[in-house]
Amino acid sequence: MATMIRYFILLMALLGLAVPAASLAQIEVDITEGNVDPVPIAVPNFLGQDPETRALGEQIAEVIRADLESSALFRALDPASFLETQTNIDYEPTFADWRVIKADALASGRIVRDAPGRVRVEFRLWDVFAGTQLQGIRFSTTTSNWRRTAHKASDAIYKALTGEEGYFDSRIVFVDQRGPKTNRQKRLAIMDQDGFNPQYLLGGSDLVISPQFDPNSQTITFMSYETLPPQVYLLNIETGRRELLGSFPGMTFAPRFSPDGRNLVLSMELRGNIDIYTMDLMTRSTERLTTDAGIDVSASFAPDGRRMVFQSDRGGTPQLYTMNADGSSPKRISFGDGRYNQPVWSPRGDKIAFVRQNRGKFSIGIMDPDGRNERILTDDYLVDMPSWSPNGRVIVFTKETRGIDSRAELWSVDMTGRNLKRVETPGQATDPAWSPILD
Amino acid sequence: MINLPRTLTLVTMTALMLSACATKPDPIPEPQPVVEETPAPIMEPESRPEVLAPVQSPSTSLAPNQPFPGSLEDFAYSTGGDARIYFSYDQFTLSADARQTLRQQAEWLNRYNSYTAVVEGHADERGTRQYNIALGARRANSVKAFLVSQGVEPSRLTTVSYGKERPIDGRSNEEGWARNRNGYTNLRPVGQS
Repeated sequence: MATMIRYFILLMALLGLAVPAASLAQIEVDITEGNVDPVPIAVPNFLGQDPETRALGEQIAEVIRADLESSALFRALDPASFLETQTNIDYEPTFADWRVIKADALASGRIVRDAPGRVRVEFRLWDVFAGTQLQGIRFSTTTSNWRRTAHKASDAIYKALTGEEGYFDSRIVFVDQRGPKTNRQKRLAIMDQDGFNPQYLLGGSDLVISPQFDPNSQTITFMSYETLPPQVYLLNIETGRRELLGSFPGMTFAPRFSPDGRNLVLSMELRGNIDIYTMDLMTRSTERLTTDAGIDVSASFAPDGRRMVFQSDRGGTPQLYTMNADGSSPKRISFGDGRYNQPVWSPRGDKIAFVRQNRGKFSIGIMDPDGRNERILTDDYLVDMPSWSPNGRVIVFTKETRGIDSRAELWSVDMTGRNLKRVETPGQATDPAWSPILD
Repeated sequence: MINLPRTLTLVTMTALMLSACATKPDPIPEPQPVVEETPAPIMEPESRPEVLAPVQSPSTSLAPNQPFPGSLEDFAYSTGGDARIYFSYDQFTLSADARQTLRQQAEWLNRYNSYTAVVEGHADERGTRQYNIALGARRANSVKAFLVSQGVEPSRLTTVSYGKERPIDGRSNEEGWARNRNGYTNLRPVGQS
């Protein structure tokens, strides 16, 4: 029961809802400064049949523990504290042994050899207090794919315990940066969401900006200075095929896919006027959505594809507006102090992330699609380019420090403002874009 | 390699004129459904200045260390030593100083026809990346429009915005930011791209 209540608290935290003070007192969950006590979970090393599968089992459990801890919703208990050593995951664990070490949940698994080069990864998730199995899952995979399998297991655990989709089996595309501030080399790169498997996607002689994934995580759109004026490109990350979207008369930039992947929204500049257009990727026909004399830029679709949010300085300063996907019914939604930039509609649809610039500082914030419930999550000298995790719970963004020795880094924060932390990258990095969950 | 549109509505054809298999559309056609076009940046408020008498006759008496007339070095030298003009924070209108420099640039460009120029617009770091790309585009267009108003052939000038991607000063202070908010007339000898 206590576990269930904890999960309830966890879910409340996930939903960004204030937990009523009365309930806190009843269940003794320590919430200080908005911090929810993470749920303690035990993930013993997965069992193996031989040294090789045992090694694999250790690696997989290690990745699962790291994934769950990174969310700050869980605390992975130290395996050295475990009292019970299970030898067969098909038998119920000795729950009392896990209660003693204060584990609320237990995920125990094993690796079984399959066809050559293949293994089965099986695990069971237990509610320690209720003494029941919450989940039993088997993955069949190639041995070399063990890391992704571990992320999938983490996603399954996350979902079972929070009721929300996970985000661990996903990737981040970003712009890798090398060299001094006044002579930066920028290259398109990709990595797993936990920073592993980084690789360059392009050679890197041309300035590239603002990559974005398509809904299948197969194609990336970005702006490149390979040609003048700079234009929007498409890159298939499996085949490496790169394609100029179209040879427009003016600069095109700030591209983003529609949720169904059929259209791109982008901005185009003609003689200093910047407007938003959509392009049908099949027919390559375009439609102009804004016609005012201001800067209309950084458009982002709602997950239903029927509306979008963008920024415009038509009213004097950059502010956020929503409009229908055909450009009709524009409506200003930001009314707070300062300048509002770079809006991104959450994949869940419930929030819009943005960059607010006010009193010499930049902030990452979120608001409802109608502009209500604005909340600043973090601020610093320079933050930019928020991107949502596929489950709409975490935001990854760029942070750049002041001065000649400025460092560009990726950071993440969850939508409650908790768990602010650096995302490891091989070098300096900007412009992160989170992929959808991988298939 | 480039996938070109096969079916375009009349509106988008005129609005975008995606350069088809032929060479570049020249000049760029007017976008059709313009409700309200960007007002041309503020030009010369006063009447045309009188043509300045040449300060010197460079061909006859070259001072030592003076650049060769018509060279890239001469362009910078003749226009105040800096091929950049500077903007106020978040502005793309031209200051009196900037206009003075651009008059000199235009005069030089009108004298030496063997150059084209890429007019670059730059922004300081205090703005989001995509907004700054837009702002840089407006700055580059302000510069181009002024040079054209001073008689420079539009076809000799192209614009590009680098937003805040190419700072010339790494400092995060008023001085550094001010230097990074610029419009740069980047000359290229005709025949080179």
